[in-house]
Amino acid sequence: MLECMSSTVAPARRWRSRALKLAEAATTPLVPADFLDLFAPLRPGADLRGRVESVHPETPDAATLEIRPGGDWAGHVPGQYVRIGVDVDGVRCWRAYSLTHGPRADGRISITVKAVPNGQVSSYLVRRTRPGTLLHMEQAAGEFVLPAVGPRKLLFVTAGSGITPVIGMLRNLYPSTDSGVLRLPRSAGYDIVVLHVAPSEPDSIFLEDLRRLHEAGAIRLVARYDDVHGVLDVNDLDALVPDLTQRTTFACGPGGLLDAMTAHHDDRGLPLFTEQFRVTTLVAGQGGTVSFERAGVDVECDGGRPILEQAEDAGVLMPSGCRMGICYQCVLPMREGVVRDLRTGELTTAVPGETAHGGVRIQTCINAAAGPCHLDH
Amino acid sequence: MTTIQKKPAVGQVNPIAHLDAEDLELIAKELDDIRQSVIDSRGERDARYIRRVIKTQRSIELGSRVILLASLFPPAWVVGTVGLSVSKILENMEIGHNVLHGQWDWMRDPKIHSSTWDWDSATPADQWKHAHNELHHNFTNVIGKDNDLGYGIMRVDEDQPWHPMHLGQVGLNFLNALFFEYGIAAYDLEFRGAIARGKTKDPKFRREAKAVLSKIRRQVTKDYLVHPALSMVTGSFLSTALANFTANTVRNLWSHSVIMCGHFPEGVQTFEKRSIDGETKPEWYVRQMLGSANISGSKLMHIMTGNLSHQIEHHLFPDLPSNRYGEIAPQVKDLFERYGLDYCARPLPQQVYSAWHKVVRLSLPNGWLDSTNVRNLPRQLKRLYDMTTGGPRVRRALQARMVQEHRRTLAPAA
Repeated sequence: MLECMSSTVAPARRWRSRALKLAEAATTPLVPADFLDLFAPLRPGADLRGRVESVHPETPDAATLEIRPGGDWAGHVPGQYVRIGVDVDGVRCWRAYSLTHGPRADGRISITVKAVPNGQVSSYLVRRTRPGTLLHMEQAAGEFVLPAVGPRKLLFVTAGSGITPVIGMLRNLYPSTDSGVLRLPRSAGYDIVVLHVAPSEPDSIFLEDLRRLHEAGAIRLVARYDDVHGVLDVNDLDALVPDLTQRTTFACGPGGLLDAMTAHHDDRGLPLFTEQFRVTTLVAGQGGTVSFERAGVDVECDGGRPILEQAEDAGVLMPSGCRMGICYQCVLPMREGVVRDLRTGELTTAVPGETAHGGVRIQTCINAAAGPCHLDH
Repeated sequence: MTTIQKKPAVGQVNPIAHLDAEDLELIAKELDDIRQSVIDSRGERDARYIRRVIKTQRSIELGSRVILLASLFPPAWVVGTVGLSVSKILENMEIGHNVLHGQWDWMRDPKIHSSTWDWDSATPADQWKHAHNELHHNFTNVIGKDNDLGYGIMRVDEDQPWHPMHLGQVGLNFLNALFFEYGIAAYDLEFRGAIARGKTKDPKFRREAKAVLSKIRRQVTKDYLVHPALSMVTGSFLSTALANFTANTVRNLWSHSVIMCGHFPEGVQTFEKRSIDGETKPEWYVRQMLGSANISGSKLMHIMTGNLSHQIEHHLFPDLPSNRYGEIAPQVKDLFERYGLDYCARPLPQQVYSAWHKVVRLSLPNGWLDSTNVRNLPRQLKRLYDMTTGGPRVRRALQARMVQEHRRTLAPAA
């Protein structure tokens, strides 16, 4: 059996690898993919990309993007998120968005984006993305998913755009059709309460979907609006959800709410799963500790002199060139941190999860630390 | 005081004698502002530009290579060779040179980034970035420090003493033009210096030499083995190899011409090594302004030269996106005019002629070409013969006499 396999599979593979070598020799110093990408950016084997097929406005500042993912898309579980790379004003930015559908028959995926104030990427996706736009993607990721076996009495606490992973789970459990909400065998036995928090009613994404599910009896919706009910106090949870202690809670929203939820549930020993997208907020200041991760050295840098000089003073072996910002020989990837261009005052930030894997490349000869920085060097 | 100007040659005036330190500061301030205005407005339009150029270049290359599969048929050979030449020129000039400068790093696209890019040239990107971005752009036109100036093999300034071997530099420059990419690889490797200093066993040199050889092997395999072999289907092995050789030569001649126009035409200043000790940023700016020359022409001409036709703007701001040089050129030119500096810009044929004229002039003793006419030709040839065959003392004496004669012709008639 084994011999039989090797005699048929191995030569095919050998021919394939020979053809690939030939194609590489014919295109060097580029690679064959550089040419194939001209015609088929979504083909299997290409870097993972997606094409925006349509954009549906959800509220005045939120929209759902329907995306045809590239051939190598490996699928997702409702509740997971996908990292999307989009060129905003010519600059590649990465953000994570929850997938807002279960797996669909047509193979498309969707994300719902809410334009946050000063949010360059979210505003671009909501207001300026047109069908046909190519996006860069990574495979779906995230542990914020419904366990296959386990508790069926659930409470979802969602704040703002924190509803997006939850709506993905709910749509998968209770698909909405023209003839109403479907009740599938796989969703039998679920008892779900959704506590939805938003600044105001018109600001709520997916409110229509939640109401429809509520009317169909699939879920119980508790909506709280800051402008009507005041900001949610976690101590009111017992009053809003009387059987709180019997439920497993999934919370998704901004850091403040999640911290309060964690403290509240830990106190009472209740099970809680949380999801937060924006993990760090960077504030630019003057100077900071620059960590050279591979060298294992931390250097205290002031904000007035280039990182290059101060690192060299501290004995770090640094790549360098012209020392005036023109030759790009000193460039190092910054995984996390903020630096300030000493010539222009311009800030460059790197936030894990928002900037590309491998970080943002910065010129160390003209940038000073404007906060703690982690350089891959 | 440190001065950025070289000693003016006979009959020339110091081009910045009329500027004081305050003027230099003001010039630098204006240039910084121009740079900042481009950075502030850099965005989607620029990104679309470079992506379109890359897409166009790759499409032309692919199309030309496919047509050349049947290069035995003369029309296919002509169309394919022209297309491949154009694509190779675009790839090296408007794309490769500028991407490797970091002009597009701000897009944070890992596929169009100075740290990941490699180009269709014999010299590996890393070595070129060191020699070009770090040395040439920093030490522009400083004799003895800037290897781009005559590539270390030519006499580039009257102040360098003439030697009979310089008679060969016209031919040498032409050979360099024909095989330019290999010339660049050799001087990026500092090949001549390594041999002269007996440093060929140095591990760094060996490592870099190995990288060059491996790059050349891949380049040669592609153009002279793989594509010709694929053309064997139509019996076009030799004609495709010839087409590729032609395209490489066309690109060599073109890029050599464009680059020679950047720093070599008459009117461009060169600088002494000592003159840049303790140089300030304003002085650096002015050296770039005086050490570069532009080519005037159409938009197509600018793209085909990789916008090195805006050499002055490129040298002032090497890392701004190339599509912006043309847009800021009027502001830069206006600045030159207001401060009484010479903005050296002429059409390509004139700049090429001017640069070659300088190569010829400097291949001969100082003043020889200028003072020779039909009437005194026999005497001048005799002098040249004596200087070529005689020792250093003969050369010095005859040189001094020629300089004096030249001075007399310039002096106002008494």
